[in-house]
Amino acid sequence: MKIIDCPLNGPRNAQEFVCGGEVRQEPSQDAAIDKWADFVFLENNLQGVVHEWWCHVPTSYWFIVTRNTATEEIIATRRPDEFFAGLKQTDGAGSE
Amino acid sequence: MPLALLKYGFRRKYKGDKYFPAARPLKDTYDVVIIGGGGHGLACAYYLASDWGIADVAVLEKGWLASGNTARNTAIIRANYLTPAGALFYEESMRLWRSLAGELGINLMYSERGHLTLAHSDAALRTSRWRAEVNQHLGIDSELVGRDEIAKLCPEINLSEEVRYPVLGALYHPPGAIARHDAVAWGYARGAMHSGIEIHQQTEVTGIKKHVGGSIELETNRGSITAGTVVQAVAGMSSEVARMAGFKLPIRSIPLQACVSEPLKPFLDPIVVSGSLHVYVSQSARGELVMGGATDPYPLYSTRSTLDFTERLMASMLELFPFLENAKVLRQWAGIADMTPDFSPVMGLTPISKYYIDAGWGTWGFKATPVCGKCMAELTATGKVPDLIRSFELERFGRMEQVGERGAAAVGH
Repeated sequence: MKIIDCPLNGPRNAQEFVCGGEVRQEPSQDAAIDKWADFVFLENNLQGVVHEWWCHVPTSYWFIVTRNTATEEIIATRRPDEFFAGLKQTDGAGSE
Repeated sequence: MPLALLKYGFRRKYKGDKYFPAARPLKDTYDVVIIGGGGHGLACAYYLASDWGIADVAVLEKGWLASGNTARNTAIIRANYLTPAGALFYEESMRLWRSLAGELGINLMYSERGHLTLAHSDAALRTSRWRAEVNQHLGIDSELVGRDEIAKLCPEINLSEEVRYPVLGALYHPPGAIARHDAVAWGYARGAMHSGIEIHQQTEVTGIKKHVGGSIELETNRGSITAGTVVQAVAGMSSEVARMAGFKLPIRSIPLQACVSEPLKPFLDPIVVSGSLHVYVSQSARGELVMGGATDPYPLYSTRSTLDFTERLMASMLELFPFLENAKVLRQWAGIADMTPDFSPVMGLTPISKYYIDAGWGTWGFKATPVCGKCMAELTATGKVPDLIRSFELERFGRMEQVGERGAAAVGH
């Protein structure tokens, strides 16, 4: 994985990006502390296909990368609005 | 030894001892099953037999003996950690290391070299002073040294001020050591097997079920096994195995790469670490420079090597040792590190009774092999969490009680 196809800037060197972690549903503000501890600390850390937030650092642009953590293959890069619109259609698949 | 050579060397009948006893068939039930035949799992097995007389134990290893991170680390042993919980735990490990070769009857090539953590900024100096104070308070040999002392301890380091990050000082830890990591696993494995413990290689756990009666059923590629107690020690695959058991861990799996140079004349006595330059290096007994750096920038389960890593690491190496410009890198490899948010391990109880965990060893697991094995064996035998590892339990995250070791456990931040 050397090149990431940024939805805003096009194909760029992977060193220009940082990984922000898995796409997850944030608990509500009044959720119990164990829900928050789970959200803050625990990880699915799946070996396989994951959806993650990535940032193109020079332009501070956050977007969604779908990649395989076993093979290091990037499957798709999408704008967040595009990704979450797709999620609504498939009834929340990929969120946690 | 020469006499024994004379006595047996020319005898036709002398067969010698096989290093490992012959493997036995896999049984259906065991008192204890340890998942993972790396250093930690094997040490736990060894101490279960030697300290607690428990020998109905099977160690299941999906590959071959110590084929994971035990054989991939850079073999550095030290105790100059930042928190009292961490420093005391690793100090106990140092104590065990010193007598380990004799106890296991194998040459671990344990070599105390001294450990220099270079500081190139005021912030790094402050952390070094903080670590030295915590260490001294706990009786650990550790001090802050200046440039003059660094020049005496390791005259090879480039102390020029004409570089991007000049060396300002260092944390010096005289007991810092290196050891031959494969031998550690072999020694523990042999000791455990001679006590009657079984080690089953090429045996992968594919499913975990909890029975109503309290026993735990493990599905493997060689049939199912019932265990009274299970210890999980599978660095690199901790989250995936825990998922089979039904709980989540505070771990991201991130590759950590390392490499060795071609063998060079011995020139580097201490182990040299630089957090600012993202490099650590020691010279092995056969002259190879064993070098490592920061973890990769994103989670991954692949042990591929990258040119990005080598380029960056060599740039740092040349800033510290410019005379190595013509030396060549011989081998490069990676291990999958269990990175936790507080850079401390996860040891002890899990949400499942009689299922104990030994995980989250990130980039700092090898040095803890003896003490971790001892503590996990005590937990397995008694069901009580030893005081030495109480701070590292999985539940600490639910209570927001992290054991912050980032300043002492990592390079590259």
